[in-house]
Amino acid sequence: MSDLLRDSQSTVARNSRRQRRERRALFFDPFHHRSVWTLVLALFLLSGLAVSAEEVSNAPMRSLDEQVQEIKSDVLSIAAELSRLEEKLLYPSDTQVAVFISLAEDEKSRLDSVRIQIDGELVAHHIYSFKELEALKRGGVQRIYTGNLPTGEHRLDVSVFGKLPSGRDFSGMETFRIEKEVGPKLIGIELAANEFGNASIEVGDQ
Amino acid sequence: MRAVSPHPVLGILVALVTAGSATSMELKDPYFGEALFHAYQGHYFEALERLDAEMAQHYGVDEPQLDSLYPHIDHAEFSVGDFELHYRMHQRAGRAVKAVLEADVADPVRNEAAFRLARIHFHKGQPEDALRALEVIHGHVPEDIRDDIELLRANVLMALGRASEAVDVLRRVQGSEDLKGFSTYNLGIALLRDERPEEAIRQLDKAGRVKGRQRETLAIRDKANFVLGTMLLEASEFEWAQRSLDRVRLEGPFSNRALLGAGWADASAENFERALVPWSILAGRDATDGSVQEAMLALPYAYSKLDVHGRAAVLYERAVKTFSHELEKVDASIGSIRNGAFLKALVREEIRQDKDWVVRLRSLPEAPETFYLVALMASHHFQTALQNYLDLADLRKKLVSWQRDLDASEDITRLRRAYYELLLPDIDPRFRKLDAQIRLRLEQRKHLHQRLQQMLTAPRPDLLATASEQGLEARLDQLAAGLAEASGPEQAALRLRIQRLRGVLTWGLETQYHQRLTDAHAHLRALNADVEKLTAQYDRYVRTRQAAVHSYVGYQPQIDGLRGRVANALERIDVLMARQGHMLESVAIRELAARRERLEAYQNKARFAFADSYDRAVKAQAQAQ
Repeated sequence: MSDLLRDSQSTVARNSRRQRRERRALFFDPFHHRSVWTLVLALFLLSGLAVSAEEVSNAPMRSLDEQVQEIKSDVLSIAAELSRLEEKLLYPSDTQVAVFISLAEDEKSRLDSVRIQIDGELVAHHIYSFKELEALKRGGVQRIYTGNLPTGEHRLDVSVFGKLPSGRDFSGMETFRIEKEVGPKLIGIELAANEFGNASIEVGDQ
Repeated sequence: MRAVSPHPVLGILVALVTAGSATSMELKDPYFGEALFHAYQGHYFEALERLDAEMAQHYGVDEPQLDSLYPHIDHAEFSVGDFELHYRMHQRAGRAVKAVLEADVADPVRNEAAFRLARIHFHKGQPEDALRALEVIHGHVPEDIRDDIELLRANVLMALGRASEAVDVLRRVQGSEDLKGFSTYNLGIALLRDERPEEAIRQLDKAGRVKGRQRETLAIRDKANFVLGTMLLEASEFEWAQRSLDRVRLEGPFSNRALLGAGWADASAENFERALVPWSILAGRDATDGSVQEAMLALPYAYSKLDVHGRAAVLYERAVKTFSHELEKVDASIGSIRNGAFLKALVREEIRQDKDWVVRLRSLPEAPETFYLVALMASHHFQTALQNYLDLADLRKKLVSWQRDLDASEDITRLRRAYYELLLPDIDPRFRKLDAQIRLRLEQRKHLHQRLQQMLTAPRPDLLATASEQGLEARLDQLAAGLAEASGPEQAALRLRIQRLRGVLTWGLETQYHQRLTDAHAHLRALNADVEKLTAQYDRYVRTRQAAVHSYVGYQPQIDGLRGRVANALERIDVLMARQGHMLESVAIRELAARRERLEAYQNKARFAFADSYDRAVKAQAQAQ
């Protein structure tokens, strides 16, 4: 019995040593938390942490990986052609109008939602998720609406709702006059809020 | 109502998405901004789709310098490479960056491109190419990537087995605040690879004591302490090993292994009483973890060493039961994987909304196939295969939805054709008639304009006579013609009267000529406004008429072509998903089988050890009595 126990204990110790040897091969990437590329880099270096899953041959995996990359490329190209088709079919360049939302530099308030009306008709009402808001704060630009408008003068109403860093609600509404000519019309809306809870809405066009 | 400022989305500051790049610049191209908006949310497919389209358009225009993307084109090129890398398209990534590298650009831009290219090569497993790209870097290097370059160089050298050179490189970045803890740890590992264990231990010890409250710093500190503790344990430096392992936080990815190691450090130093503390903590944790399973055997072993055989027997018995339960779970997992549930669980949308989805999968009671997924995730190849599988599943969903979109597009064109082809045959002849009238009127206006212009230099009062004046003139002509043949005093008096009347008319025309000419010009100008309106309406009609035809003509070949491409891609994805899925299942089953084998061995050992401890406990009790 004691032999068996010794055997059990030595197995435990052996496993522990094996894991220790595996861990020895670690090499850490300091940017692990900073970006995905470094995660890949860290994983590359962590290849010493082999588990039995790695016994699988790498060759077919690589080949499959290459095929996956090829199909991604093909699907991206299909997506591009489909976008062109849809744009031509649904938003011809003569009548196309697109509205973009961005935040002012260093904007600290939390944007909850934006409503856009064109000629009194509600065309977009967007409630922001955390990820979308972060993307806007980092400088991303959201295309909130794409549609069609005849040439001539139109009325644009923009309403925003959100919260200030102090927790107070803020909201604002502005009306603009836009001139649609022949050709696509791009309208940029830049949002900000001051400490008193007043929203600033700036609109520019192209 | 406010007027709109003349230029669009100007004045938006953007910090580019690229890792390590803190470049801020005004963003003038909303579509590039839109690509960034997608990328910042981790939607790299959408980001690539947007940016690819924008760049294709930019390179397609005659004067790219007038395009709104022009000021950002270098960063857009970089971003494409980054997005491709994030979307795990390593083959394509780098193509755009190479283009920047080959162009005549300033030092900072070229150096950043070289750095990015090196990084891409390194990810592709091509360290030689990565080093060649790094060697291109010279001159002014942007400050924000300086340390990153050196760190990458060290990693590349390590991958090439040139640990000694990596040590030299890492020594140069030891002062970097950004790399605090990380550079020290990596230096320790490089020294270890360079077979300089004493220096390695000193560096790892330093990394294990680094100050900071950030998540990254805490993580690297744990890792350094764990690796150092493990090394010292192997070197039989038990006290020191124990101190290092004790520094690992109780909550964290290294916690379980550190607790196990700390216990072994104590046990190896024959200090079984102290080993009870970490092993007791560990034995109470989630039993699917390998370290926990090992602790369930190690803990009663320590008790038996302390001659507490009764407690040891109880714990061995508990271990037997736990292992038996775990074996059932492993069997359920294997069975479930074989039934195809594993792959279905992986693509569950509601799970993947959570960033810790892999961890959450394990806790799903109805998904036994995923209990051991976290352990599988430790393998880079499994991760790659899993990510590929998930990407393929996403692509598949997109393609299926595009098939519906294409059906809808076809419907739109069909409905438009049906609508317009009924209307147009009636509208077109009416338009042609109107068109003829419009052209005639425009010609008349042109003629009038020419005449008025001529009259400025050669006055023609008669041309400005009113209709009644012209009627009177004609009537006088008639009367004069009637009197032409007649003679006598009466007729002579009539002729005189006609002449006087003509004189009255001429007087009026001559004296009012300038006023009439001014009025005629004013009327023509008023007509111009109407003509402009007419022309605008005419143009609008022509555009609408053209747009009506363009809204349904010529789409079918494109729709058919796309439908074929989508179907073909779907077919290929199905094949790839099946192969990739099979590979994942095989790897998972193999891993679980190995776990099962180990659990069985543990269970057997625990059973025999239980019997042994029980015997000893009974003997000890008998002796005590």
